[in-house]
Amino acid sequence: MENKMERKVVIPGEVIAKGGDYLPGEGTEKKGDEVISNRYGLAEENNRLVKVIALSGTYQARRGNVVIGKVENITFNGWVIDLGSPIGAFLSLTEVPRYVDKSGLSEVLDIGDMVVAKIIGVNARGIDLTIKSRGLGKIDEGLIVKVNSNKVPRIIGKEGSMINLIKKEAGCNITVGQNGLVWIRGDKVEDELFVKRAILFVTEKSFASGLTEEVKKWFEKEKKND
Amino acid sequence: METPDLTGDRIKQYLKEGKRFDNRKLDEFREISIEGGISSKAEGSARVKLGKTEVLVGVKMDVTEPYPDSPDKGNLMVTAELLPLSSERYESGPPKFPAIEVGRLIDRFIRESKFIDFEKLCIKKGEKVWGVFIDIYSINDDGNLVDAAGIGAIAALRMAKIPKYDAKNEKVLYGELSDKNIPLRKETPISLTAHKLGETMIIDPTKEEEDVSEAKMTLGGTPEGVISSIQKGDSKELSIDEVNKILELTEKARKNVFSKIEKLLK
Amino acid sequence: MTKEFKRPDGRKVDEIRKMSAKVGVVPNADGSAMFSFGDTVAIAAVYGPKKMHPQHQQDPEKGTLRCTYNMLSFSVTDRIRPGPNRRSTEIGKITGWSLEPVIMIKKYPNMVVDVHIHIIQANASTRCAGINAAVLALAHAGIPMRELVSSVSIGKLDKQLVVDVNKDEEDWEEGEGATDIPITMTNSGKLTHLQLDGKITTKDLKEAIKLAEKATKEVYEVQKKALKESLKIE
Repeated sequence: MENKMERKVVIPGEVIAKGGDYLPGEGTEKKGDEVISNRYGLAEENNRLVKVIALSGTYQARRGNVVIGKVENITFNGWVIDLGSPIGAFLSLTEVPRYVDKSGLSEVLDIGDMVVAKIIGVNARGIDLTIKSRGLGKIDEGLIVKVNSNKVPRIIGKEGSMINLIKKEAGCNITVGQNGLVWIRGDKVEDELFVKRAILFVTEKSFASGLTEEVKKWFEKEKKND
Repeated sequence: METPDLTGDRIKQYLKEGKRFDNRKLDEFREISIEGGISSKAEGSARVKLGKTEVLVGVKMDVTEPYPDSPDKGNLMVTAELLPLSSERYESGPPKFPAIEVGRLIDRFIRESKFIDFEKLCIKKGEKVWGVFIDIYSINDDGNLVDAAGIGAIAALRMAKIPKYDAKNEKVLYGELSDKNIPLRKETPISLTAHKLGETMIIDPTKEEEDVSEAKMTLGGTPEGVISSIQKGDSKELSIDEVNKILELTEKARKNVFSKIEKLLK
Repeated sequence: MTKEFKRPDGRKVDEIRKMSAKVGVVPNADGSAMFSFGDTVAIAAVYGPKKMHPQHQQDPEKGTLRCTYNMLSFSVTDRIRPGPNRRSTEIGKITGWSLEPVIMIKKYPNMVVDVHIHIIQANASTRCAGINAAVLALAHAGIPMRELVSSVSIGKLDKQLVVDVNKDEEDWEEGEGATDIPITMTNSGKLTHLQLDGKITTKDLKEAIKLAEKATKEVYEVQKKALKESLKIE
């Protein structure tokens, strides 16, 4: 019978597990027979693989991620997008679902516009984006909320359970960018603000277990106050 | 990242209905907290928080020569630093206009309100006067640093004690505070800034709201309604109606802020 | 070295002033912390990793750690004119050097991690308090690092070694006067920062470093607690 290690908060340099059969996963390193944390976060163990889940820190771009960004600059062949990450992102005019003339770039996306995009490549030069698939493209109206990208999994929940709960309760469309930007679109501004408060509630309490139940209770309380 | 235009549009839209994202009224301040004695080395100091916005203000005094055109009056110098610590938008280096603006606005506010009785700061006419230095530092910028700074300056001045002065050896004995407060006027002046967002005037904007502000006006005055300093800033114009709205808004807010400050300073 | 030596504030020779530490004091920052030794108070905020500007300062092989240190004008008895000065620039550089051995920013080429340290109230040992706050802010910001560093000042007052020097002790004039030795060490016993002003024999210096090894472990406990407490399971 495997003795699974309990999740715990660790700090850099702290010994998480001792024993030859533990393997150092993300955010850790092995010294002798000790697995040591290199980050401030939550240590967890699965089948002897020990890793530290970061609770802070910058967004780590991954291929396939849906992200939300702001158009920072227009070049001769595309748009430079700010994803709030230190690595620059670029959307080529060939990655738009229709033909774009080199002189018509600003009509498709202008400086300051917000856009939902997907990452098709991450390399030393930067992040490459596309808006060719469904659900991607310029954001025309709504509210944008920024949270730490490490909290995104909590906002989405297991198989989307958390985000779907919020969508249902508020009656809004919500697009969560893996880089921590969230686009909320509803019929009334009050509904959009309600979603914003719900998301901030989840990020502040993102450490608790039984979070879904807590959020349900929070919704009940909020609805009574309205 | 600056507040996206998208969110800015929503803010203005919501304001048209008289509502703000954090449920405040248009003339309502965020929660104000004032803490004194932040540095025991200062003659007076205060930490002011407006919601998440935080500033530290310190008062230091020194004995110097008076300015030639005011031989019997003490001196005042107000400086503000917008620290890179307080926001990703600020860089290290010599103060840029936003920092200079805060310093100048608070300087004008304190000077014109005649809050400090400069004549009582004279030690020997033409030769020695007390100089008052007010230094403002931003610790977290979530909008409206200038009003937080104004509250901090007033609080620090009220709590400040004049150091002992050894006239014979012409030395200020720092660390040995006298019992004397800085000579201040009885009425406490308040500095408030009103902002125009779309068609609505508001008080105490958060950073999001400040990003969408098109014009602003900083007014210094007493809670009784006497105004002593005004500065309109930013590049959009204001109609006379809007100016009147601002005057009403700030007059009401001034009274509220004043009573909050009095309570906190007790 | 007698344990009956009377320190101006009555502390034992190896006693550190009451320390306190807290993270998350600057909401806008990626990471932030405050740290105090008695009434010496330091705050630090971290922004990054982010693209390094100006571009010519970028390092294509690894990330850059950039530390600034400043004392607020009213943190000391004689007002300091706001703005940088040579002393604060040097301390910024030394702070960076004290942190670099443990920071793992090789994986952030062309990027910079900015650390801003400010002293709010000064009663000596300010650079040590600054380093302690800075490392907490870096951890809080999620910057990968091997372990924390902890900093403390060791003093020699005439012939007596003491731990955690305050201003009265810094100005000690009797006998051989004051020797001030700020030291920073990792929890695993490696030294990342050492300075000395004064006069000391090799024997006493070795003893001072031994004292620092013990004292920095006490500092570490305070730092560890601050990080762990900020994430209480609700």
